[in-house]
Amino acid sequence: MQLSATAIRCCYFRRLPVASMITIADSNIDVDELRRQMANPAAGGLCVFEGWIRNENEGRSVERLEYEVYEPLAISEGEKVLAEAMQRYPHLEAICVHRSGLLEIGDCAVWVGVAAAHRDEAFKACRYIIDQIKVRLPIWKKEHYVDGDSGWVNCERCANVV
Amino acid sequence: MKTITVKYFAMFREHAGLGEETLQLDAATALDVFEQTRARHQSTEPNGHCKVAINDQMADWDAAVSDGDTVLLFPPVAGG
Repeated sequence: MQLSATAIRCCYFRRLPVASMITIADSNIDVDELRRQMANPAAGGLCVFEGWIRNENEGRSVERLEYEVYEPLAISEGEKVLAEAMQRYPHLEAICVHRSGLLEIGDCAVWVGVAAAHRDEAFKACRYIIDQIKVRLPIWKKEHYVDGDSGWVNCERCANVV
Repeated sequence: MKTITVKYFAMFREHAGLGEETLQLDAATALDVFEQTRARHQSTEPNGHCKVAINDQMADWDAAVSDGDTVLLFPPVAGG
């Protein structure tokens, strides 16, 4: 398994085997377990972003949401994002988990955690990671509305493409 | 002519009615592949915010394609 720069650094620091720091989950994200994994004696803080499924988008009532992920490139591109975040805002470790499949209102769709010695790096790295993940990883979401209709998010202008 | 396997995702897959197809294309770049498949599936939309990958590596639209390549066409992404 190829490790990101972040993962390699964490392996060295903690002397523990660390898997790829970005993963795609097809079932509920265990946020408590992820928080425990971030424990680090050199960390002064942990910054976490959780993306949740909300019940409304652009005036339409949403019933559930479906994520499609092309995992090979989502992982490789996500590892690049984590490495960039480490270089820009040096921190101790970062973990990102993104859901695939069908999610209900209130479910956690994405979890990003960054542990750092100081809060500034933690906040900035966390923000960088979630912002880049949203625009770079091959992940798509289809909203299923209460009225029975459905639609791909961000695809309004490409309804006829290909 | 080159033999190119094209893979479609999300909205593209639904519109094309298939996940992938192998085509004989007179294509030099990834953008050529996009435009020819767009015509094949009767669309006039531009590539806009779409992305492309060649053989599982993200690529620019002007990247060269070779005989036997697999080109992945991604509609606008929406993670998070």
